[in-house]
Amino acid sequence: MDLSAINPVLLLASLMVAATPILLGGIGELVVEKSGVLNLGVEGMMITGAIAGFAATIETGSPALGFLIAAVAGAALSMLFALLTQYALANQVASGLALTLFGLGLSSLMGQGYVGLKPPSTPKLDIPLLSDIPFLGPVLFQHDPMVYIGIAIVAATWATLKYSRVGLVLRAVGENHDAAHALGYKVRLVRCAAIGFGGAMAGLGGAYLSLVRVPQWTEGMTAGAGWIALALVVFASWKPWRVMVGAYLFGGITVLQLNLQAAGVKIPVEYLSMSPYIITIIVLVIMSSGRGKAALGAPASMGRIFHATG
Amino acid sequence: MQKRTLLKGAVAALALAASPAFAESHGGEKTKVGFVYVGPITDGGWTQGHHHSATEMLKELGEDNVEMVYQENVAEGPDSERVMTQMALDGADIIFTTSFGFMDPTINVAAKFPDVKFEHATGYKTAPNVSVYSARFYEGRAIQGTIAGQMTKSNVVGYIGSVPIPEVIRGINSAYIHAKKVNPDVQFKIVWIYDWLDPAKEADAAKVLIEQGADVILQHTDSTAPLAIAKEAGNVIGFGQASDMYEYAPSPRVSSIIDNWAPYYTARVKAVMDGTWETTNTWDGIGPGMVGIGEITDAVPADVKAQAEEMKAAIAAGTYHPFTGPLKKQDGSDWLAEGEVADDGTLAGMNFYVEGIEGDIPQ
Repeated sequence: MDLSAINPVLLLASLMVAATPILLGGIGELVVEKSGVLNLGVEGMMITGAIAGFAATIETGSPALGFLIAAVAGAALSMLFALLTQYALANQVASGLALTLFGLGLSSLMGQGYVGLKPPSTPKLDIPLLSDIPFLGPVLFQHDPMVYIGIAIVAATWATLKYSRVGLVLRAVGENHDAAHALGYKVRLVRCAAIGFGGAMAGLGGAYLSLVRVPQWTEGMTAGAGWIALALVVFASWKPWRVMVGAYLFGGITVLQLNLQAAGVKIPVEYLSMSPYIITIIVLVIMSSGRGKAALGAPASMGRIFHATG
Repeated sequence: MQKRTLLKGAVAALALAASPAFAESHGGEKTKVGFVYVGPITDGGWTQGHHHSATEMLKELGEDNVEMVYQENVAEGPDSERVMTQMALDGADIIFTTSFGFMDPTINVAAKFPDVKFEHATGYKTAPNVSVYSARFYEGRAIQGTIAGQMTKSNVVGYIGSVPIPEVIRGINSAYIHAKKVNPDVQFKIVWIYDWLDPAKEADAAKVLIEQGADVILQHTDSTAPLAIAKEAGNVIGFGQASDMYEYAPSPRVSSIIDNWAPYYTARVKAVMDGTWETTNTWDGIGPGMVGIGEITDAVPADVKAQAEEMKAAIAAGTYHPFTGPLKKQDGSDWLAEGEVADDGTLAGMNFYVEGIEGDIPQ
């Protein structure tokens, strides 16, 4: 065992990279759930974003445009879910699962021509002065822009939900859609917008996988990241900053267990590598029981179908 | 009573109705061949290799004689039984199941369909209608080890393991023995990802290994993600796994182990057509052509390349066995005496590291 082989600077730096996809997916889903909708289709939207972003980057040569297209693709797919659940009043759990299956299939169809290609690399920001700070520089300030955009989105989401009128309306709709409706807020419209935002974020997270973290396209490459993002929201009890902490924790476990293995530390890595999934299962179980849901501070109307009467 | 007669009648009618169709699918000209894949046919590695070989088989025997069906992304374990059962019910004459984790499901389904032939890749359980086949990938690993040992400047070779089963452990041992032979200072860092295909995790593993000083990455996982990371890192090399992965040549991909199942698939399907199929246990290597070594690129110095090719020729000719004594096990106990060659039984069930490798095999 040789712990000195683990470079804490590189470990923390790669932790931030590993956490970004689930951070983006998680913060999007948080907004969706805050509006009272449970969308289990994160995995499907994520992988659709992964291939859409990848394809767009290959065709145009611009990673920035690729990320944009990925967000649009994720949002477009989520509109299907919005249509089903908000207008056709379909069951949200079933529709979300269907969206995941559909996204996985659709992405593999779209990806036929893109296997084995290499995307142009996403440039890393090299912030003068800041990136030269010893230790903190390489850990915090030498990443690609998406890492910072992810953090900025978390901050913006937090501020919007907490301080703005839009955030208040969104929360009102999520807590009690009947009351919000009685006050004259457009429940369906608010929810559709939230679903769209969630889709766009999931798409960005997927594109981060295919453009930065891996970088290439392989069928099924999200490999459960969408589900972890979903669990992250519950784990964070619907608070934006906690989503970020959770994402770094989950991302950190992944990177740490690989580091420990490579350093030859005798720990049961199986348990470490399965821990994000175990936490995921536990929170999903808690979430599915009515009492647990309330105890965790879940939006009261989450998952309930809204039908305006009278 | 009446009800029962009615039921009997219905059964008889069904059987009558079914039998012409049955006769057609079996007695007809086309032989139906099924393939069960663990990943997508575009994974760039393992499954792509099988699918490529399957299509070669189809070309060789002709689409007039053979009908091919396949199912991608089949999870290892119980769900694969459903897929195999469906294929058998749809009239497949022979079904190839191409991942280690399909072993017990294959045996279970085979027991239910005694007239259908099954072929399981990389396993060890046979039955009257189940054959097993695998390739001696460790022969290719010996060549990789020879190249890796001489190419590494940091003396650290990273190895991405998938699932700790004998096949993977054999590969690690073989690569290590030969890297050590050409470079006594070489050290292997091994990371397990507990999956055959998970590009994000493979990429993370490659990154971690590179961060911990590895400048050669060997992989026993199915995607090209580790090569993508090696390319990004710049001064790191790797090898194609299962498929050639030539899109990453000349560097980081400096050579590859290519699985060539086509001759085997052709022979086995032909045997079904001729009615000569029997349960067999095939384990072929470089000699018969089941394991191919992809072109060694110019990123490798000429003398190293020559040495690697010499070894390939010796293995193919049968004059050199990668597991030749003296060799000790990791715990220091004797395994093979001077000049002694490992027997297939030990190799097939290999669950120990050879002397010099650090770390434990996860249990």
